[in-house]
Amino acid sequence: MEKNVTNILVVGIGGQGVMTATEILAEAAIALGQDVKKTEVAGMAQRGGVVSSHLRFGPKVLSPQIMAGTADLLLAFESAEALRWCHYLKPGGLVLMNTAKLVPPVVNIGLYDYPDDPVAEIRARGYPVRAFDAMEIAMNLGEVKLGNTVMLGALGDHLPFPAEVLLDAIVKRFSAKKPALVELNRKAFEAGRAAAKAAGQEAVAA
Amino acid sequence: MAAVMPAPAQSRLLLSGNEAVARAVWESGVRVAAAYPGTPSTEMLEVISTYPDIYSEWSVNEKVSLEVSIGAAFAGSRAFCCMKHVGMNVASDALMTLTLTGVVGGLVIAIADDVGLSSSQNEQDSRYWGRFAHLPVFEPADSQEAYDMTKAAYDFSEKHQVPVILRMTTRINHVKALVTVGERVPHAATGFKKDTARWVMTPAGAGKRIPLMFERDKALRAEAEISPLNVIDTGRDKRVGFVSSGPAWMHVRESYPDAPTLKLGLSCPVPIEKIRAFAATVDKLVVVEEVEPLVETELKAAGIACYGKDILPRQGELAPNVLKPAVAGLLGEPVPENLTPVAKVFPRPPTMCVACPHLGVYYTLAQLKNITISGDIGCYTLGAGHPWNALDTTISMGASMGIALGLDKGRSEADANNRILAVIGDSTFLHMGMQGLLDIVYNKGNVTVLLLDNRAVGMTGGQDNPGNGRDIHGDPAPRVDFAKLVESLGVKKERIHVVDPYQLPVLFKTIREEIKIPEVSVIITDQPCVLIDDYKKQKPYEVIDDKCTGCGNCVDVGCPAIHVMRREKVIKPSGKEVELQFVQIETSACTGCTLCVQPCAPGAIVHADTTKPIRLIRH
Repeated sequence: MEKNVTNILVVGIGGQGVMTATEILAEAAIALGQDVKKTEVAGMAQRGGVVSSHLRFGPKVLSPQIMAGTADLLLAFESAEALRWCHYLKPGGLVLMNTAKLVPPVVNIGLYDYPDDPVAEIRARGYPVRAFDAMEIAMNLGEVKLGNTVMLGALGDHLPFPAEVLLDAIVKRFSAKKPALVELNRKAFEAGRAAAKAAGQEAVAA
Repeated sequence: MAAVMPAPAQSRLLLSGNEAVARAVWESGVRVAAAYPGTPSTEMLEVISTYPDIYSEWSVNEKVSLEVSIGAAFAGSRAFCCMKHVGMNVASDALMTLTLTGVVGGLVIAIADDVGLSSSQNEQDSRYWGRFAHLPVFEPADSQEAYDMTKAAYDFSEKHQVPVILRMTTRINHVKALVTVGERVPHAATGFKKDTARWVMTPAGAGKRIPLMFERDKALRAEAEISPLNVIDTGRDKRVGFVSSGPAWMHVRESYPDAPTLKLGLSCPVPIEKIRAFAATVDKLVVVEEVEPLVETELKAAGIACYGKDILPRQGELAPNVLKPAVAGLLGEPVPENLTPVAKVFPRPPTMCVACPHLGVYYTLAQLKNITISGDIGCYTLGAGHPWNALDTTISMGASMGIALGLDKGRSEADANNRILAVIGDSTFLHMGMQGLLDIVYNKGNVTVLLLDNRAVGMTGGQDNPGNGRDIHGDPAPRVDFAKLVESLGVKKERIHVVDPYQLPVLFKTIREEIKIPEVSVIITDQPCVLIDDYKKQKPYEVIDDKCTGCGNCVDVGCPAIHVMRREKVIKPSGKEVELQFVQIETSACTGCTLCVQPCAPGAIVHADTTKPIRLIRH
């Protein structure tokens, strides 16, 4: 694998905005002049299926797919999905995850169990975790759809470039599409950033 | 979609393979583009439809889309057609004779192979069509190549007067990467020139064109040997050299950056002599191709020793995690561990949407006994899953009709009283179901057809079709009247019912009565897909916790907004143990369709108080 390539895996379920979030991350990397490839494994994702979005950037990117065991960061929009995909991280790779649990019909009707404590299970496997309730944060800002930007904010201080570059990419996108939402997204980004920071301190204390 | 201003030339854009092809089609001066939606090809036509100066259409099926493109190319216009891999099975009748006539205006046919089965009923290798139909096949490896090769394909098509197959895979169609784009060059139509010997394929005419096809084969083979699309990368480490194409080549370069590679961009006909010379420069030769061993087989036939499907799988993608362990064995190196998930997590199969009109249909079907349900391709295929388990067969577009008739005519004595149903969506019915229904009627079959008209090609993202009265741009178009259509195919008027799938008692009564009548019935449901603008949300519902008795009737609807919060095992007076399921509704997701309200025995589901803040369900 190319040494200078950053691998970020973004996971969640269809409809959560995983693919859009990854695209904004890609735009940030492009703004820095990086080569970028982004790919999804999203079989019928619109119907509530698993979505895993691979983002690779660096001076030159060949394969768009991240190999298991090589991701630098895992950004998980849902708890069980963080557990499902954490083996994609390199040893000691960081998990930034939403603690919200989105329970699928197969669990609802009793065919499968939802894992008891995904955060603890991931930590037990040696991956550092920063967990926070992105939906709660978004609701407190008045709009559940902001969860997407909260998640990106959480990633802000863990990228190989300044958080402001990512924030600029978000602002640029919303300025073009929904200018009224720029300020709210700024707030959501900072709230996510703060939540990841606080989660890091909690993890140390624990 | 509405037209947009295309980005200026020299822009460096983050484009999916589909978007890159669309841009190249526009720049190439294509005048006519046609397709039927199908994952992973759909976005090509969707994006083309946003460009100016190009006629685009959703055709009723892939065969028609190819025929429209052929007509335009006969008239000397540049034309484009795209489809998913199974679409070419439908279109192949036209393709196999098109190869004899050839084209005047450039024609590129993009076929998207769903390698890895992200959303398909099978996995096919469309490079076979190049061999079968004697046509050149181009294989891009990323978005930039998809763009470049599409443009090159138009010049190639006109040079050899031959349609070009652009073979893509999901890992090209849906990967986003940077593409530098260029200017549009208009391309005038030369006009249709009558030439009976060329355009009218009678036996006598075709007999004269076949030798010309063989002559063309020779020219194409010579082109492949010198084509700049077939690129050698001389690596330092000569222990293994790779012949590869498409995204598999990217995976090879990623996994073995120092190995020599020969990338086939023009992969059919195979440049045998170029590969022979390349093979002589390496110790071992490995062919890395997704899916079938086509190049490998041809190399072996030409006496070139190589490895291929003896060490690599014949199914799915050849990503680095597959490639590395396979090749390590060949090099005598330790086989790297293929990392697997650390924990067993429940599966998350695709589900129907909250308030989907199909939910009512499958809730009803799940309650009927002694029925066999012949299914079709679309969102409603999900009816085979939990909690409904109410779909028994799926094969191909429109197959529900013929298979239902076959189940009826081929029934055993033991199945004499079994009722046969077929379930098909509006777009699939118009694609290839109509003829099947005609066959049922004509041959006096006993089948109850459920035609689920949700006014969209739902599974691929809600595209328009002749059933919803809108064209590819969303502009008004003539709309099919399904009740009149099936009546004109011969279904008796009294056997045709149009019902609202949210009215469960009516739906149940209609289906139960029609399956008892030993002739063809058609029950048409008439509510739109919840993902299109036609769908109007209603006031959401919530559960009064104190009133919920845990009966679980609402859970059987299968709506993803209903959540079981608590289970409790109880012994009924009959002595039978049952599990109660106490539920809540995700009010922020609920759109008030009432499907869960209707079967709720204690009346525990009521309109949510929208003056209160939304409560998110927390498990």
